[in-house]
Amino acid sequence: MNNFDYSRASDVSDAIRLLTADPGAKLIAGGTNLIDLMKENVERPSRLIDITRLPLRDIEETAGGGLRIGALVPNSDLAYHPLVEQRYPLLASAILAGASAQLRNMASVGGNLMQRTRCAYFYDTTTPCNKRSPGTGCSAIDGLNRNHAILGTSQSCIATNPSDMSVALAALGALVHIAGPSGQRTLALTDFHRLPDDKPHLDTNLGSGEIITAIELPAHGFARNFSYLKIRDRLSYAFALVSVAAALELEGNAISEARLALGGVAHKPWRSLEAEAALRGKAATPDHFGHAADLLLQGATARSHNGFKIELARRAIVRTLMQAANATPQSQAHKKIA
Amino acid sequence: MKAYVGTATSRVDGRAKVTGAAKYAGEFSAKGLAHGFVVEAAIPRGRIVRIDTHEALKVAGVLEVLTHVNRPPLADTDDAWKDEVAPEKGSTFRPVYDDRIKFNGQPIALVVAEDWETAKFAATRLYVEYEEEAFATDLESERDRATEVEQPHKPRGDAAAAMTRAAVRHEADYVLPNEHHNPMELFATTVVWDVGGKLAVHDKTQGVQNVHKFLCSVFGKKPDDIRVISPYVGGAFGSALRPQYQVVLATLAALALKRSVRVVLTRQQMYGLGYRPMTIERVALGAKPDGTLDVVTHEAVAVTSRYEDFSRNDTGWAEQLYKSPNSRSSHKLVHLDVSTPSDMRAPGAASGVCALECAMDELAIALKLDPIELRLKCYSDRDQSDDVPYTSKQLRECYARGAEAFGWSRRDPAPRSMRDGKELIGWGMATGVWEALQMPVAVRIVLTANGHAEISCAASDVGTGTYTIVAQVAADALGLPIENISVRLADSTLPQAPVEGGSWMAASSAHAVLGAAEEIRRELAGLAKAIPGSPLAELDAADVALADGMVASRTRKGAAVSIADVMRHSNLERIEKEKLNEFAEDKSHARNTHSAVFAEVKVDEELGVIRVTRVVSAIAAGRILNTKTGRSQIMGGVVWGIGMALHEETVMDHRFGRIMNPNFAEYHIPVNADVHDIDVIFVDEPDERINKLGIKGIGEIGIVGVPAAIANAVYHATGKRIRRFPITLDKLLE
Repeated sequence: MNNFDYSRASDVSDAIRLLTADPGAKLIAGGTNLIDLMKENVERPSRLIDITRLPLRDIEETAGGGLRIGALVPNSDLAYHPLVEQRYPLLASAILAGASAQLRNMASVGGNLMQRTRCAYFYDTTTPCNKRSPGTGCSAIDGLNRNHAILGTSQSCIATNPSDMSVALAALGALVHIAGPSGQRTLALTDFHRLPDDKPHLDTNLGSGEIITAIELPAHGFARNFSYLKIRDRLSYAFALVSVAAALELEGNAISEARLALGGVAHKPWRSLEAEAALRGKAATPDHFGHAADLLLQGATARSHNGFKIELARRAIVRTLMQAANATPQSQAHKKIA
Repeated sequence: MKAYVGTATSRVDGRAKVTGAAKYAGEFSAKGLAHGFVVEAAIPRGRIVRIDTHEALKVAGVLEVLTHVNRPPLADTDDAWKDEVAPEKGSTFRPVYDDRIKFNGQPIALVVAEDWETAKFAATRLYVEYEEEAFATDLESERDRATEVEQPHKPRGDAAAAMTRAAVRHEADYVLPNEHHNPMELFATTVVWDVGGKLAVHDKTQGVQNVHKFLCSVFGKKPDDIRVISPYVGGAFGSALRPQYQVVLATLAALALKRSVRVVLTRQQMYGLGYRPMTIERVALGAKPDGTLDVVTHEAVAVTSRYEDFSRNDTGWAEQLYKSPNSRSSHKLVHLDVSTPSDMRAPGAASGVCALECAMDELAIALKLDPIELRLKCYSDRDQSDDVPYTSKQLRECYARGAEAFGWSRRDPAPRSMRDGKELIGWGMATGVWEALQMPVAVRIVLTANGHAEISCAASDVGTGTYTIVAQVAADALGLPIENISVRLADSTLPQAPVEGGSWMAASSAHAVLGAAEEIRRELAGLAKAIPGSPLAELDAADVALADGMVASRTRKGAAVSIADVMRHSNLERIEKEKLNEFAEDKSHARNTHSAVFAEVKVDEELGVIRVTRVVSAIAAGRILNTKTGRSQIMGGVVWGIGMALHEETVMDHRFGRIMNPNFAEYHIPVNADVHDIDVIFVDEPDERINKLGIKGIGEIGIVGVPAAIANAVYHATGKRIRRFPITLDKLLE
């Protein structure tokens, strides 16, 4: 760990001012990922700006019937919030599929969006990694890549985004509220994270000096037909090999609206409007779900160790959509896959 | 008065552990304590050209950076660096000794500072220039360079010829990866430096006297100069049998700075210590059509370092366990640019028996025999290697009781024949075997007039329950309530004990307690008889027992004198006896523990997700000293077996010769969600020959056989035979 300065931001504009003044500074909230990375010398911030005292802890209903969630709301508080449990159970489920109770208690919503990849080479400072040290090369492309991306990769990076929460947010069409030196702006969650292209050191489209202030959920929560299914190497406390967030609006057995997002397969939550459109107006059958899976996985490419993910993702998508259609969502407390 | 031995006695140290009163090596403090942080090599092989410590030393609070260049003297002969567990062949690794890099993650410097954070920060200001050399870390690509290790057992018959004529054959390679122990407690040493240079070394170790002797030898100290203490150990599983490098570095720094120093390794750094070596296990079995074995051969190729030959008995179990007129085994080593492997719970057996029992399952399928039936056809009441009977062997009963509890008779032998919704159900079983070793241990008992006894011994309790069983045995032998017994362990100045490992400490320490207690009894009997008007006066000393706080006649009810009265009449405040117990060598019988393990898995047919929903482990291990801690031991072994089957693997990138998953997020062990029903059955196994109490250790037996039972169940569920562990879902989807 390197030495760093510490500042406590008094309000959002103070945080922006502190961030702008020190290009090496990082915001710290729960610290569940940043501190780990600092211990490993992967992150070496010159300054930590403590934002835990900022007034960003509220969960409020919006005029449009949605929900606005302050960036500092702990992951557990969000998952167990009555409005989230009732109206956005997909989000609650995805959050509870991630990490451990202790980590969820510490981790903030904004921090969850900012968590970095679990690529082993990113974590090991003795190995080349374009994400950690731009221009040094990607060790994973020809190395250990069992956990790596199959979609949206580049020649520079095949890392995945490890968040579960983001996958549900992507499916639900969440917005990210951002404040920065030039005022406030809003990004769709699906535009918040980037693909690696030739700049894998940038995980997100957050500009310099910018800070996440809130997440906004639209009114439509898909509270009846949804499921979040996470496939991993043990039944709990592991990052996803593949995860699926699925949400359906059904009229009888006909799909009027579908949402589908994948985790563990790309540098960002993976969503395809084409796949969702293909489901619209169709019956909720395994065949149609399989077709949607094929569309969502279009262009998937395998490296030496992660080829299994393509077929696994396809099967997991179909399973999750069936769970959603049957209104039997995957439980995150049961010790089995439904 | 009730007997404690054989009961479900709660841990006597339980309260201290859950309240935090129990102190571990990294928790001891001292005035002026300095903190060391280890700097590791970033290449697997080569030499250090230069370590620039300039910047690090400029950091405020840094006291010293110790490297091979400026370190105080260390012993320079291989003999001086040998500890009691060191491999016979080779040269022990010496931290910061010279400029040679032998493995990635090797400690090359110790930054010592006023506090740990400063030391850790300064460690990032160290610049190391290497001269890199070509290296190899991949067992599979170097397999052809394997060299044979001498085997204790001679081949039987003519294995090659028998294999050619065998009616039914099975031969396959089973591959088990490197695995790390990952005890919860980090490796740590706190060296308390006393004016005059004497050192109290609080170390995480399974053997304080081993560390003591080692440190005296490496640092040229007299026995009185160093004391090693390790009252509590937060798990070790073999990783702390040998002195680890942090104890050398902490001692080195204390001597260099003349200050107390603590060194705690990080979780990541602990991956530079020992590990269960990767093995490629080739098992070949040949049988007659009726299922009797005609030949068994087992060859293991294992990882070791370039500087030490570490090998354990992977391949001898088949030829000991199963009746087969022909057998051959061999163990080969491949020397790689890695650290030396170490013992890890059931070393050799956990891997070797896994391969053997998977192979037996495959043979049973080829023979169209029930897996238990095959094992019963090859069952032997004699140790097949040495052709001697066992002191006891109730393995047959393990099969029967385990099968009954599991419901084995309802198994449809056809793969993929059982199902529960989307999940395929598989039932598999395997045999487990380990040794029942016993070692010389000495114990001192101090009995005081208030009816309290203190038992002391240098043995460690690595979480296994030594404190508790020692107290149980002492309470019974001295006729005192267990509350009146206190136990002191793991101080190098206490009566002798070997390292705690190999499952030998329970039997060894228990009989040492019996030995010392017998001396106490004899003395009390003599004193009691001599009291004027003693009701015991006419009795032979042998007919007098200690019970309920009394010295009492074994034959005449009511004839008794209280221990307190005896001591008061004799003007004694305390009676102190120390006795070394040694077990007579007896090669006329084999001493082993056995198990039959039954596992149920449920495999999601589409997704490949595997759950181990039930395990029944039937154990034959003599008399169980403590059914509560004993059950926990076996459950722990079963959980670890689940990990070995499905989760654990130390992953290395052979381009860098580096371990890439050195943390609990990526090195997977089972979590609660992966553990379901575990049923432990202790089969009655009276053993009057092995030792007085008829006990055998159970530290290792719980894991042996579990991975194979699960792998066999996965085959039964899916029809897919996975021979490369761990069995992850991608292997089922292939």
